[in-house]
Amino acid sequence: MKIIFIFTLFLLLSPALVQQNDANAILRKVEQNMSSDNRVFESEMTIRGKRNSRTITSRSYSVGDKKSFTEYLSPAREAGTKMLKLENQLWIYSPSTDRTIQISGHLLRQSVMGSDLSYEDMMDDRKITDVYSAKVAGEETLDGRKTWVLELTAKVADLAYHRRKMWVDAERYVPLKEELYAKSGQLLKRTTLSNVQKIQGRWFPLNVVYKDMLKAGEGTEFKMTSVKFNQDIPASMFTKAALKQ
Amino acid sequence: MIRFLIKGILRDPNRSVLPVLVISIGVFLSVLFSAWFSGVFSDMIRLNANFSTGHLKVMTRAYAENAEQMPNDLALLETGSLVADLQRQFPQLDWTQRIRFGGLLDVADAEGNTRAQGMAAGYAVDLFSPGSREAERMNIMPAIVEGRLPAQPGEALISDDFARRFKVGLGDTVTLFGSTMDGGMSFANFAVAGTVRFGMPVLDRGAIIVDITDAQSALDMQDAAGEVLGFFKSDQYEEAAALEVKTAFNARFQNDDDEFAPLMQRLNDQNGLEEYLVLSKSMSGIMIFVFIFAMSIVLWNTGLLGGLRRYNEFGIRLAMGEEKKRLFRSLIIESVVIGLAGSVLGTALGLSAAYYLQETGLDFGSAVQGGSMMMPTVFRAHIGAQTFYIGFIPGLFSMVLGNALSGLGIYRRKTAELFKELSV
Repeated sequence: MKIIFIFTLFLLLSPALVQQNDANAILRKVEQNMSSDNRVFESEMTIRGKRNSRTITSRSYSVGDKKSFTEYLSPAREAGTKMLKLENQLWIYSPSTDRTIQISGHLLRQSVMGSDLSYEDMMDDRKITDVYSAKVAGEETLDGRKTWVLELTAKVADLAYHRRKMWVDAERYVPLKEELYAKSGQLLKRTTLSNVQKIQGRWFPLNVVYKDMLKAGEGTEFKMTSVKFNQDIPASMFTKAALKQ
Repeated sequence: MIRFLIKGILRDPNRSVLPVLVISIGVFLSVLFSAWFSGVFSDMIRLNANFSTGHLKVMTRAYAENAEQMPNDLALLETGSLVADLQRQFPQLDWTQRIRFGGLLDVADAEGNTRAQGMAAGYAVDLFSPGSREAERMNIMPAIVEGRLPAQPGEALISDDFARRFKVGLGDTVTLFGSTMDGGMSFANFAVAGTVRFGMPVLDRGAIIVDITDAQSALDMQDAAGEVLGFFKSDQYEEAAALEVKTAFNARFQNDDDEFAPLMQRLNDQNGLEEYLVLSKSMSGIMIFVFIFAMSIVLWNTGLLGGLRRYNEFGIRLAMGEEKKRLFRSLIIESVVIGLAGSVLGTALGLSAAYYLQETGLDFGSAVQGGSMMMPTVFRAHIGAQTFYIGFIPGLFSMVLGNALSGLGIYRRKTAELFKELSV
């Protein structure tokens, strides 16, 4: 009788366990594509406002998920502004005032340059598999590509988004779409990823459209114009002194 | 006859002391509350007009929908020509540009890194134009705790509380970090010319006041402003005239579908002030009604008691041939005299208390801490022309009404039964 009970329980639980293992395996493959020891990229961020659109170009250097350095190149008003992220701290340097300002507290929830991205979005550097429990919710075809639909639920309390829904390309293991939800269930942000290219042996989406669902507008388009992985980046780049150089 | 009645009232204190006391207390409360509410409402309306709404305000339609969020990306453009046009079309008002903005006020250490920072509620007003009355409207001079008004571009006034908390002194540099009109990052350094305390938690937490041109430069808003405010040159809000101006201005853009077309609103239309205006107008009426009602009941009872006590007197007077109508009239005249005496006494007491509250005020600072509404921490009474006469309305009316109700008993007395009643 006892054996039958255990066997029944195993049969009932096993699909969930399999789903979870599958989801974690998918996420690990996604992380292999999306994460790297370091990378250097140049990008164009197009922000569509109610009155006009503007494009901001920047060059970014990052090491792992903990350190990043961004220098804005244009337009003229933003050129020379630099941003440094170390772990969970963020500083912005403005050449016009020669000031380095630390961004903290609820200011992290503010939009970056009027875009649909918040500083908090840029700051969250923990591995998805460490902070979310995942399961495969199904399969869907997205823009002609087969995708796994993953449902991620927060395992820790201090996350900006309690639940995420991710559509992962079943062949190339890159996310093609993601929806980010609040604990209340409200959809907060939607990202759509495209122009997936094979760069240095990994699949990587070069275009991302961020849409803050609480804001009017068409969203913010982020295009990487060049990406290089595993470059030789000097450690001095990730210091506050580098901001003023 | 009146002199005869007054003599009667003075010689028979039972007839007058209690009613005079009741009336003077009621009148005292009417006068005091009337002056108090008048002061509180007019202070709040003036404060909101000067700091936020103007007597009239022009914004874009899109800005007006979310005005409390200060959406400068939806601000008015080409405001120089707009203001000139408004001055020409509505010269009875003084038109001025303002920008309200939020941001972070950051204080640097010796290396230029963040030493302290706090959220800022920014006000950009016209401080430098010759003849500008903005500093006076914002009551800046009396609010300055240390230092002076900004005298040149790049200078700012900051909240005294902020300055003390973060040890910022006069001449120190603070950096404003915020958003430009199109959402970009905005950084601007300002030298602290002075510190201010307005007695309003919303501002005292972290205000920064700069000249409009400095804000336009910092926020990339050249020839743009969030709001254009209009103030009647008389300094008094003229509701009907404001409606005429608003109607005439908005009619010009009636057929314009652009969400950035200008829209004019009156003071009434903003910050829920319509309710305050209605309430301030009706408050005196409400109080008069309440006190007339309450005092009439008390005085009616007093009159009934007096009627019982003077039962024999009335009986004798009727038996001696005095007409009921004449008797009733003398009772009413007596009540007018007593009402007047009580009203004079109550008004004098009420005016004294109101004057004290006008001069010293009551500090509700702890109660309004943390609020986001623009309101003073010290509330004061206001003595106006109405304060001098408002107490006479409930004072006289309630006494006359109370006595008239109790005096109706006179008409129920039957002459045939008078001698029988009086012999008992």
